[in-house]
Amino acid sequence: MEDDAPVIYGLEFQARALTAQTAETDAIRFLVGTQSLKFDNQIHIIDFDDENNIINKNVLLHQAGEIWHIAASPADKAVLSTCYNKTSDSRVVSCAAVWRMPSDWDSGNHESPDDSAHNPQTLELLCHLDDSAHRNAACVLWEPMGDGKRVISLADNHALLWDLQESSTQATVSSTATLEGKGQLKFTSGKWSPHHNCSQLATANDTTIRGWDLRTMSQIYCIENAHGQLVRDLDFNPNRQYYLASCGDDCKVKFWDVRNVQEPVKTLEEHSHWVWSVRYNHSHDQLVLTASSDSRLILSNMVSISSEPFGHLVDDEELSEGEDNHQEDKSKEPLKDSVVSTYEEHEDSVYAAEWSSADPWLFASLSYDGRLVINRVPRALKYRILL
Amino acid sequence: MDADGSVSDESGRRRRVHGMLKLYYGLNEEGKTPEQPQSLDPCDINGPHFDPELYLNKLRRECSLSELMDHETCMVKQIRSLDSDMQTLVYENYNKFISATDTIRKMKNDFKKMEDEMDCLSANMAAITDFSASISGTLQDQHAQITKLSGVHTLLRKLQFLFELPARLNKCLELQAYAQAVSSHRRARCVLQQYSHLPSFKGIQDDCNTIMEKLAQELRQKFRDGGTSAKDLSECVELLLQLDEPAEELCDKFLSHAGSRLELDLQGLEAEIKPYPPTPALKDAATRRSSSSTAVGSPSDNNSPKTISLPSPTPNTDILEFIDRGCNEFVSSLCLVITSYQELFINHAQTGELASKNIPQMANGKLQAFVDDLAARYFLLVERRIQEEKGVGDNSLLVRALDRFHRRLQAVAKLLPGSAVPTRGTEIVIKSVLASVHLFTAKDITFSNKPYFKGEFCSQGVRENLVVNFIRFVCQSSRQFCESAGDKGGSTPPALLLLLSRLCLDFETSTISYILTLTDEQFLVQHQNPITPVTTLCGEAREAAQKLLNHYVKVQGLIISQMLRKSVETRDWVNTIEPRNVRAVMKRVVEDTTSIDVQVGLLYEEGVRKAHSSDSSKRTFSVYSSSRQQPRYAASYTPSAPMDTNLLSNIHKLFSERIDIFSSVEFNKVSVMTGIIKISLKTFLECVRLRTFGRYGLQQIQVDCHYLQMYLWRFVSDENLVHFLLDEIVGSSAHRCLDPSPMEQSVIEVICERG
Repeated sequence: MEDDAPVIYGLEFQARALTAQTAETDAIRFLVGTQSLKFDNQIHIIDFDDENNIINKNVLLHQAGEIWHIAASPADKAVLSTCYNKTSDSRVVSCAAVWRMPSDWDSGNHESPDDSAHNPQTLELLCHLDDSAHRNAACVLWEPMGDGKRVISLADNHALLWDLQESSTQATVSSTATLEGKGQLKFTSGKWSPHHNCSQLATANDTTIRGWDLRTMSQIYCIENAHGQLVRDLDFNPNRQYYLASCGDDCKVKFWDVRNVQEPVKTLEEHSHWVWSVRYNHSHDQLVLTASSDSRLILSNMVSISSEPFGHLVDDEELSEGEDNHQEDKSKEPLKDSVVSTYEEHEDSVYAAEWSSADPWLFASLSYDGRLVINRVPRALKYRILL
Repeated sequence: MDADGSVSDESGRRRRVHGMLKLYYGLNEEGKTPEQPQSLDPCDINGPHFDPELYLNKLRRECSLSELMDHETCMVKQIRSLDSDMQTLVYENYNKFISATDTIRKMKNDFKKMEDEMDCLSANMAAITDFSASISGTLQDQHAQITKLSGVHTLLRKLQFLFELPARLNKCLELQAYAQAVSSHRRARCVLQQYSHLPSFKGIQDDCNTIMEKLAQELRQKFRDGGTSAKDLSECVELLLQLDEPAEELCDKFLSHAGSRLELDLQGLEAEIKPYPPTPALKDAATRRSSSSTAVGSPSDNNSPKTISLPSPTPNTDILEFIDRGCNEFVSSLCLVITSYQELFINHAQTGELASKNIPQMANGKLQAFVDDLAARYFLLVERRIQEEKGVGDNSLLVRALDRFHRRLQAVAKLLPGSAVPTRGTEIVIKSVLASVHLFTAKDITFSNKPYFKGEFCSQGVRENLVVNFIRFVCQSSRQFCESAGDKGGSTPPALLLLLSRLCLDFETSTISYILTLTDEQFLVQHQNPITPVTTLCGEAREAAQKLLNHYVKVQGLIISQMLRKSVETRDWVNTIEPRNVRAVMKRVVEDTTSIDVQVGLLYEEGVRKAHSSDSSKRTFSVYSSSRQQPRYAASYTPSAPMDTNLLSNIHKLFSERIDIFSSVEFNKVSVMTGIIKISLKTFLECVRLRTFGRYGLQQIQVDCHYLQMYLWRFVSDENLVHFLLDEIVGSSAHRCLDPSPMEQSVIEVICERG
């Protein structure tokens, strides 16, 4: 029944921003933000029907400008944040805002799926996440597993912690941290750690990765020259609190133990161009997804530095009885790190990849030409991890 | 003229303007609300539908008498003011009309005057033309005469020069100003040759020839003497060449002369060794060497020591000093000889008329043989010296000496690319290490009788531990350059990476198998234990070479990428000015690429390109810009078809192969250059996609890309690759442009050609 073939969906516009709808745990749903300078930008809500292997889409208008980053609230399905570019008077300004989807966005679309495309509804603006002093937001981070009341925005060299009040219609800055140093420093990306009671943040600027304590808004660690060139993305291991993955323009993916920042724990060099995104699987942290501008998506199995380095202890016995073909791959030694699969469905640079929040074996990737591809972890590996 | 109509029209407009102004300032007439200026109310006195009858009736009905009176006065006042306005306007216009008429009249007068003057001028011009024609007519004869006279004068001067030539040459000979003599003679030679049937010229020619003969004799003598400095010597050779001396003979003479001086150096070096003949243990090896050296055919080597004297504990000069001396005297003068020789016979001949006679090839061959011969003898000496060092056992000194030795030989290698000298040099370094081990086996002769020792020591100790590990060490340490440099920035100079990669490749092709065979021969290694086969070592060396070359491409690509990236990131592309030039960064990129091309060309072969037509640059321009680019733009501004752009580029991508940016390269120049250019252009593309462009921003990118396209295609294996990437860049920036109106292709070409 289940088919391993990828499912492809095409957007009319170019796109960079992709996120899973974090608060939705029943349906497999992704949000994609488009980039167009000439037309109204859109947010595509992509629902994947696992049973029938088909995609349903809904379109909402995002008239404020082209979307560079998108993030969904962990608490409220209908709330999301975007970072967008607005052009006015031949000036380009980057802004960030929190939006609410109209409550009936999916009403009636099953009867006539084309209707929504012709007459899309508009997002409702809840509040802006910038004031006159802090512009150029690079990304917005929601508190992981929080109540959807706290967000961090990274703007130029400031990290701003916002409190959302009155059902998110009002945002006030509760504290800020500023990066100081020579030259024009600018945060490129960041990640809010789900560990330590959500009190830590990791940010990237140029080739450096920094950790921050949100209670005091002070720096706690700093990995200088983490990558040979620009660091593009970060992700925290969901199960091991000190482990952090990073990727960058040196085509490498590195895994760090933040207690010892001299050397990376592990380095992957599988891509042949810049790596733009790295994502741990939410439940099985040996599965790591990386997206690169070499138009490839790579799924790696990093067993040796995962929370289950030896797999299940019962593994050997069970496997020696059944399935002979899988036994070949599996030695008596602890599992080895390996590339599980390389996905080549994209024709253009892949800037984003995300795991579904509902199905841990499913992920989506988005390339610049607007192609969204949904893939599954190969079944053989899935059973090996589960059994 | 219907002045009336225009005036009334004018005043009507004026009234409307007047009314609107009043409304604007809040002076409402007739109690009408100012919010609705264009009402359909027929009672609105300023409205288009005004009906006086209705208005009057309405007023009469609604207003009291006093109000009516007030209204009337107000109305009268307004009418009056309008009247006066109209009057002023009429007057103003009338005045303007009058002044215009005046101006026209004045102009008419002026023009009449001007016409007269123009007539006069043309008459004068005609007169001037006549005069000038007559003047040139009269001067014609004289001019011809003067030309003729001056021709005669020059001829006489030349004749005088010819007649004075013998005397002058004699004087030059006396003063030893050979250069001047030769140049004078050369100038006169062909003239004399041509007119030699006239007796007087014949006489001069004979005189000259005898003098030149004498001069050539003298030069040859000087050349033979050898006491002169290198500079004098080269001058001599140059002059002799100009005098049509056979080049081959000169080459031989020059080399033999240089050889005799180098011989002195070698003898000096040998003299240092001579008092300390090899230890008895090494006797066998030494005699073997010396006999082989006689085969080379050097007479000075015949008296190499064969008698056994008491071994001295330490030679009076240590090995470092010895090598130093060898380097400073022998190698550097060898370098000098090579350079001056190349300067004289090869470079010179290529430009001159001698090129046709295959002189360069002949000269090169001679030089090659000469250098190889001398170097072989030098190496023999060095080897002998190193063998003496065996007894001392201080390895660090030896290693340093060997290192220096090797480095100096690199200089020779640079001068003579085809020579076998560097390879031999490397072999010596390795062989000497082997020899020191060999010494060990020889001394402990009792041990070596036991078969156990033989097997274990030879195969394990020497072959595996020493030789194999040495090669492995070289490979590994070169590989480390790749890894360490990746993280901590480019600390390794890229040229070093390139050199090392070439070294590893040479190891793979020849050196390894040679050394291993040598080891096996010398130590009679019995292959009983499993040993590392040659192929694995070669494989490792090749792998190291590949890795180094890949890293080189990466490092160079990053340097260029960094420039491109900074240039895109730091500019405000929305508010940039109209492009007038190619940006300086692009010129830098092309310059750097060219210099990398030269650098790689020194060490690697050219490699294969995909065939392209003879006028590549021309043809590809048009493809690149008009046929493929234009429809894409067209699609991007018509709002009706947002899909088309994506569709077009997607279809294009479907049919083109996927490009791996940081991929492995082959061992040739074209492949290396392709790698570097791919990395740079891809970076450019990604950076462009992160920015937003104004109209001129896009046009600047167009200009820059066209410039890159003009210069980069010649470096890569497949020029379509460059086109594809540049297309993507321009396409992406057109996409990211707020006002995409591309620049005319012809304008772009003009800017690029000028840049």
